Amino acid sequence: MSDFPFLTTITALPALGALGLLFFPKTAEKGQKLFALLVTLATFIVSVPIYFNFDPSTPAFQFVEQYSWIEVLGASYHVGIDGISLFMVLLTTFLAPLIILSSWTAIRKSVKGFLISMLLLETGMLGVFVSLDLLLFYVFWEAMLIPMYFIIGIWGGERRIYAAIKFFIYTMVGSLLMMVALIVMYLYVGRETGTYTFDYLVFREYLLPAGIQTWLFLAFGLSFAIKVPIFPFHTWLPDAHVEAPTAGSVVLAGVLLKMGTYGFLRFCLPLFPNASVQFAPLIMILAVIGILYGAWVAMVQPDIKKLVAYSSVSHLGFVMLGIFTFTHQGMQGGLIQMVNHGLSTGALFLIVGMIYERRHTRLIAEFGGLARQLPIFATFFMIVTLSSIGLPGLNGFIGEFLVLLGAFQTNQILTAFAASGVIFAAVYMLWMFRRVMFGPITREENKSLADLNLREVVVLIPIIVFIVWIGVWAQPFLGKMEASVDHLIRLVDAKKTAVLQMNDQHMWARGDK
Amino acid sequence: MIVDYVIWIVLLPLISFAIQIFFGKRLPRQGDWLPTSVMFIDLLLSLIVAGKVFSAYDPEFRITRSFEWVVLGTTTIKFGILIDNLTAVMLFIVTLVSSLVHLFSIGYMHGDPRYSRYFAYLSLFSFSMLGLISVDNFLGIYMFWELVGVSSYLLIGFWFEKHSASNAAKKAFLVNRVGDVGMFIGILLIFAITHTFNFSEVFGKIAAGELSGALLTTAGILIFCGAVGKSAQFPLHVWLPDAMEGPTPVSALIHAATMVAAGVYLVGRTFVLYSEHALLVIAGIGTITAFIAATIAVVQMDIKKVLAYSTISQLGYMIAALGVGGYNAGLFHLMTHAFFKALLFLGAGSVIHAMHHEQDMRQMGGLRHKLPVTFATFLIATMAISGVPGLAGFFSKDAILAASLEKAMETGMLYHYTIFAILIFTAGLTAFYMFRALFLTFYGTPRNKEKFDHAHESPGTMTIPLVALAVFTVIGGYGKWFEELVRKPNLQMFAESGAVQDATHAATEAAAHGAHTIAMVLSIAFAFGGIAVAMLYYYWNKYSAEAVSKKFAGIYNFLWNKWYFDELYQATAVRGTLLLSKAMGWFDLNVIDGLVNNTARLTTLISFGSGTTDNRIVDGLVNWVARIIGWFGATLREIQTGRVQAYILMALGAFILLYVIQLAMV
Repeated sequence: MSDFPFLTTITALPALGALGLLFFPKTAEKGQKLFALLVTLATFIVSVPIYFNFDPSTPAFQFVEQYSWIEVLGASYHVGIDGISLFMVLLTTFLAPLIILSSWTAIRKSVKGFLISMLLLETGMLGVFVSLDLLLFYVFWEAMLIPMYFIIGIWGGERRIYAAIKFFIYTMVGSLLMMVALIVMYLYVGRETGTYTFDYLVFREYLLPAGIQTWLFLAFGLSFAIKVPIFPFHTWLPDAHVEAPTAGSVVLAGVLLKMGTYGFLRFCLPLFPNASVQFAPLIMILAVIGILYGAWVAMVQPDIKKLVAYSSVSHLGFVMLGIFTFTHQGMQGGLIQMVNHGLSTGALFLIVGMIYERRHTRLIAEFGGLARQLPIFATFFMIVTLSSIGLPGLNGFIGEFLVLLGAFQTNQILTAFAASGVIFAAVYMLWMFRRVMFGPITREENKSLADLNLREVVVLIPIIVFIVWIGVWAQPFLGKMEASVDHLIRLVDAKKTAVLQMNDQHMWARGDK
Repeated sequence: MIVDYVIWIVLLPLISFAIQIFFGKRLPRQGDWLPTSVMFIDLLLSLIVAGKVFSAYDPEFRITRSFEWVVLGTTTIKFGILIDNLTAVMLFIVTLVSSLVHLFSIGYMHGDPRYSRYFAYLSLFSFSMLGLISVDNFLGIYMFWELVGVSSYLLIGFWFEKHSASNAAKKAFLVNRVGDVGMFIGILLIFAITHTFNFSEVFGKIAAGELSGALLTTAGILIFCGAVGKSAQFPLHVWLPDAMEGPTPVSALIHAATMVAAGVYLVGRTFVLYSEHALLVIAGIGTITAFIAATIAVVQMDIKKVLAYSTISQLGYMIAALGVGGYNAGLFHLMTHAFFKALLFLGAGSVIHAMHHEQDMRQMGGLRHKLPVTFATFLIATMAISGVPGLAGFFSKDAILAASLEKAMETGMLYHYTIFAILIFTAGLTAFYMFRALFLTFYGTPRNKEKFDHAHESPGTMTIPLVALAVFTVIGGYGKWFEELVRKPNLQMFAESGAVQDATHAATEAAAHGAHTIAMVLSIAFAFGGIAVAMLYYYWNKYSAEAVSKKFAGIYNFLWNKWYFDELYQATAVRGTLLLSKAMGWFDLNVIDGLVNNTARLTTLISFGSGTTDNRIVDGLVNWVARIIGWFGATLREIQTGRVQAYILMALGAFILLYVIQLAMV
């Protein structure tokens, strides 16, 4: 069983599905949807054994596959996962079928093209998370952009072209810098060691001098910072979210934003440890600004989707804060918060999409009193809202709690500010909820709305199950991350010290002359 | 064994919540019997637990059981249950009031469109509250703390169609969150130093001196912030009066007897955490709260608002008691208050039910014959809260006053004497406003004839809880068991080296006795003084309250407007946050995104410029070259005629031309 190429299978399946979709007649929309759903479900089912077969006792990469690719360049097809990428992979495969199901009736125009884009996007995202070769990673990273660009640009709202281009160019600027840095690193390490390679594991072991680290960190970091997004690089996000179709928003919030935080964990921290430590205070401050700023800006948004988009800025601030504490609690809190945000915010976008399908508006002012008319919808919305504001017993709490616990050991004042973000989160979410769901029904159109149908309930239930599960018993998740996080912290520390010693020796050597 | 009972006590309501929320509507009678009978089973189990715990009759009785909840590297976060005498008492109070409120609700909520959901929420609350009093660590208490907050939010906003109800729910949640964040930071601080959340382990570390001085005081005050929010203490008391928008049985259960007392329980549970300085703050906050709320209660016209402010005031008493070291007195008052205040609220509920949801006392009057059971039980509770000797409230309030005087005598500080004076004066105010409410509601002539005529005594499901609570209001204060079992903890109890007995105990006994006599005499005097004044104004109508309110219009308006706290917060915190948010929203759209868009615009401009350059100059040059070549081509095409004669002629001409040139060059 362990020899089965799990990672290649799950990465390739959606792309093969996309290929398969080409053979469907244009009019067989139902068949296309069913096929896409089956493909994503199959991908998810294949990914489940990964969780159970994943050995939590080792930080080493597992399910590793390596085949030669471009030998001249030293690039290979090298994939594998550790405790950091495990849940990102599972989150992606878990959300994909729900996303297909959620767009069952919402997508009317060229269904086939939409499904193909979605499936290719899934392959791209999974590829990013499993790649252990930097060139391979970069290919997936860029490839992912294209289907997302189409999803926003073709199936989006009124200002979709503006949003799609903004999304594409903003992200592109970041990734180009990353590419330059990647080439610099490739050449430098190649020249120093004599073997030119893109293998992640080689870079992870290699000690880069502190000076080079700074520049590489900035280039990689900017690319990831845009993706997260960290304040002040976040303004593409509200536009992209508002204009994207529901499915696009869910993917964006659920998985794409995690690429940024994942990038920091996978590349910036272990490859440029000295720079990471050096920039940590700055990033922590930006993270806390993001937490508060996102909450404040969210408060005054008239559009529910935009409100949720800004709440993402706030939530991902917690993730960044956790990662850059370099503590077990903070990092694992950040990791679990990545999963939590995918679930809660993903569910929020699904919910907003459901109401949009009924009323064709997302303006808070257009609603009011829906709870009476839509009791099932109200219940789901309430649970997800409470999860989003970090109610104990639901998933959001455990992440924020661990992050703050870790952060408090690093910087008490900053943590106090971050903790107060929890108040503002409650303000904007509950205020929005009150205006949308409570009070009397003021508009005629809202009096005849239908409650959720079975399909919509089926989409939300699995997410709710995990929202409660993580909130009550997070150990099955935290336990699998433990070894990798521990290894990462040690690695950062050890490499940092080694580089500093290296510098000292350099200076000693120079002094001798 | 006992632990298993407690686990079931906590979990049963959770199970009934889960069943009720999903299937409640489809069950017979919309499932009201399920949560109700579950709560009575819980009550029975609590009685068994209390019996087992108290039969040991050991003040230091404690059982714990815990399991690993989260393991992170070297940090293990444990979750567990702690059962001591205090837990046993609290379990009994909560299950008693909760089960009676469930029973009462069957009548009160009859016919509500969301009847089944109401019982689901009650179950959720009961689960959270029982969890809160059973856990053995700071993190656990915080988690259940938030959960009771959510249940409270859902129940205050139960009639969410009303704007006032949904706003009150939101306000309650947010104001509580402010306090909770303080508490949360306090917990982080404690963990950062002691590396544990467990109560006993934290206290052990404090006993060992690991956490002390200013840091300990800070931690104590931060934790106390949570109590300020949840127990509606000044300055976060503003949510509780608004919370009366919820159904009245909810007010009785959550906003009078149990949840709001959680803050008092928290301070009691973590009592050794509070340094002398922290206790000064706690005593001060409690006293201010007791006083402010009592003065506001004096002028309220809504019967539930009177009770709400009365609750805030009484919670202030409990907090003040803990602050002056009257650990036992404060918790004792928590218990007796739960009985008589739940009774008052349910009594008010019975009145409101009879009056078809009329809460304004100006529309009531003369109801005592119409509602005999309600009246009799309400009277007992009123006497109890006023401090009429013999009833439960008398004993506990007396203990608080005695404790505060004792502290004042011990420290000799003006601060503590002032606290005592304010508390004793407030006791008079309490007796006054409660009897005022009683007279306005049940005595005099009916002021709304139509509603009066339709009024009728409530059904048995509603009067039985009243009678049951009245019984506890009468007998609840007797016996030495509470004083002997719920004893003030001290740090030595948690120190690793053997327990050191409190040697000063005997010496203070005599002083305590003296303080007790003075306090008792004054407390009785002020109670009867308050009652007498109330009788003068509202029973014998010797004086007119209206005339007084006109004469002192300034003070009256100040009190009527609740010291303008809501207006103050509206003008500062609420408006400030909104303004800040609006400013940030503008900043984001115009500055940050403006920058992005301008970068894009600049890029486009440059592109356009270079595009023009490219078109006109670079490409122009290329085109120009092409054009010249084209011209040549076009011109030269003329000679491509296809006629052989012409070509020969041209070749000949060229040959001659070349020959001439060659000759010329030579």
